[in-house]
Amino acid sequence: MAKDLLYYLIFPGFLFTALVGAIFSWIDRKVTAWVQFRKGPPFLQPFYDFFKLLLVKETILPARGSKMTFLFAPLLGLTGAALASMLILLPAIGTKPGFNGDIIVIFYILTIPSLTYIIGALAAGNPLASVGASREMKLIISYELTFLLILAAIIMKAGMTITIHEILAVQTDEGAFIGSISGILLFIAFVFCIQAKLGLVPFDMAEAETEINHGSFIEYSGQAYALIRLTRYMMLFILPAFLCTVLLGGLRTDGIHLLWTVLKTLGILLVLTLIRNTNPRVRIDQAMRFFFIWMNLLVIAAIILDYFNL
Amino acid sequence: MKSEPSTMNKIIPIGPYHPLQEEPELFKLYCEGEIVKDIKWETGYNHRGIEKLSESKTFDQVFFLVERVCGICSTSHPFAFANCMEEIADIEVPDRAKYIRSIIGELERIHSHLLWLGLAGHFLGYNTVFMWVWKYREPVLDLFEMITGNRNSYAMFKIGGVRRDIENSKIPKIKETLDFLKKKIDMLVGAIMDDPVIHARTKGVGILTQEDIINYAAVGPTARASGVEIDVRHDDPYAAYPLVNWKVITAKGGDVFAKTEVRLLEILESIYIIEQCLEGLKKENEGDIEVLVKEIPEGVGTGRAEAPRGEVFHFVKTDGSNYPVRHKIRAPSYVNIATFRKACIGQTISDATISLAAVDPCYCCTERMACAYDLHTGERILDGKGLIDLSQHVTDTLIKL
Repeated sequence: MAKDLLYYLIFPGFLFTALVGAIFSWIDRKVTAWVQFRKGPPFLQPFYDFFKLLLVKETILPARGSKMTFLFAPLLGLTGAALASMLILLPAIGTKPGFNGDIIVIFYILTIPSLTYIIGALAAGNPLASVGASREMKLIISYELTFLLILAAIIMKAGMTITIHEILAVQTDEGAFIGSISGILLFIAFVFCIQAKLGLVPFDMAEAETEINHGSFIEYSGQAYALIRLTRYMMLFILPAFLCTVLLGGLRTDGIHLLWTVLKTLGILLVLTLIRNTNPRVRIDQAMRFFFIWMNLLVIAAIILDYFNL
Repeated sequence: MKSEPSTMNKIIPIGPYHPLQEEPELFKLYCEGEIVKDIKWETGYNHRGIEKLSESKTFDQVFFLVERVCGICSTSHPFAFANCMEEIADIEVPDRAKYIRSIIGELERIHSHLLWLGLAGHFLGYNTVFMWVWKYREPVLDLFEMITGNRNSYAMFKIGGVRRDIENSKIPKIKETLDFLKKKIDMLVGAIMDDPVIHARTKGVGILTQEDIINYAAVGPTARASGVEIDVRHDDPYAAYPLVNWKVITAKGGDVFAKTEVRLLEILESIYIIEQCLEGLKKENEGDIEVLVKEIPEGVGTGRAEAPRGEVFHFVKTDGSNYPVRHKIRAPSYVNIATFRKACIGQTISDATISLAAVDPCYCCTERMACAYDLHTGERILDGKGLIDLSQHVTDTLIKL
């Protein structure tokens, strides 16, 4: 029990993911700065941002919102992110095999942060936040089906097993899933799903700064917003790690494999950063069409290809 | 910001403080879901009483005042005012001054359009475009610093000519910068006009038909993007524009994409005009940049200039003294902002914001008069006299301290 708590709070759960996530966020900002001919923030900037919000800034509560829901939503989101990180990373780095069916549980838990953004935004009682919440809702509806199809394809590839541990074992034996045409298609769809889940351009319409003024998060400040920032840092690490686990052969930490693990996750982060810097924000209806039609077709094509072992 | 959950109608405010706009201005979008059903706009956050101030300045000082009407197109107002005063006094400016005026005006158009392009990228969430375009805007500002000594608010104009010459020795440096810019603009034209996601976001958005433009009397790139060939430089030639060879850029679409296209191509056209003006400069004698103006006769005059956003109109009445008796300014955004109502109703909030940004609204140019009304009685509580009383009261209290 004490060991499980350690897993959840320190490694590989909350603390570790938060640290790596903050560093990832710094890399994201630094690369963005390079792309845009800027200098970029210092290494500790994500930590400065977080601790300033947590320790210095006051928390302002919305006058006409539901205050308890408003404050508890970020906490719930953080809990979900920490849980997801533990469930993904424990089997991925080989510390402890997960339980049977954990990939299904992870699919649900990965939705929790987005859901709590919606809950918090609706509790804020601000018209801009409600627009943000409705956009986030539509976005979830559109990408979740694609995400589920991707996981289904991966389960098929792994011979109908629904345990991360066994999916990894199949990949260790037969090579990573990305080494096939269907694997590459799945990778592309997965990257776009991550982009939408993280709310990065082109799918940042829920907080579109120049349209609805940071939409979902407009009323958040101080500690509550610090928790949201932390959740977002963590998700920035968890989702690439999950992609690595299910498609790129896992996150092994022994010997030279540690270097590969780092390179793989950083590579995915680089792809995410470049996509967000070379695209404008799309409209919510365009995003829905993109996922409903094109991404779903892509994944279905991957499933069909996989049927022929391509 | 009262929301009415019963009807699902909500008011989405853009402003008075909003990342979309650098200046304070309030647009209320009455939305059903994401669709904008109606809008209302409130101005008056930015009124500075320029016209009244102008009546207390000498003609030479007015140039510095009207230069500060707008921070971005800071030469278009002096340009129009100079045209206006020269009409009253019936002055013919030397050719060299005409060329210099046109060079300053066109350089300003380049930097203003680049500024808009960057901001438009930012409004679409495309911050890379924002940073890149503003990086390429920097050499233009450096040119301004070299020619006039200032990056903005150039203080180049005076009645009868310009204040500083562009020495022939500076021409190669200007040409070099223009060549650099031309390459970079060509790259941007390629990158922006061919990007499928930008097409998806801007094509068919905020369409203004030719009829709308005429009904709203819109001017500048906003009008030209809808196929209305209106340009003061062409319709009422002034400065060196009749002396050089150029064409009015128009587009057919009337949507945000067409407005972007017009602005991008106008930058290239401006570079072309400047190159010809530089050739013209070489033919004229250095130092021949002004005629001596002793006094301004009594009379009225109008002056127009094509600012980056459209036609700037100045009206001045003089009485033979060295102060204007009445000075009226009309900035292009004043008519262009009104087209927002037509462009945004029926669109989503995402499209409405970019449609608003597409007319390149400049509120500090636009705001001419403001008064406050009591919300309950409808009574006017602060007018011109009230403002003067208020300022006198404040001064009195300050003196007593």
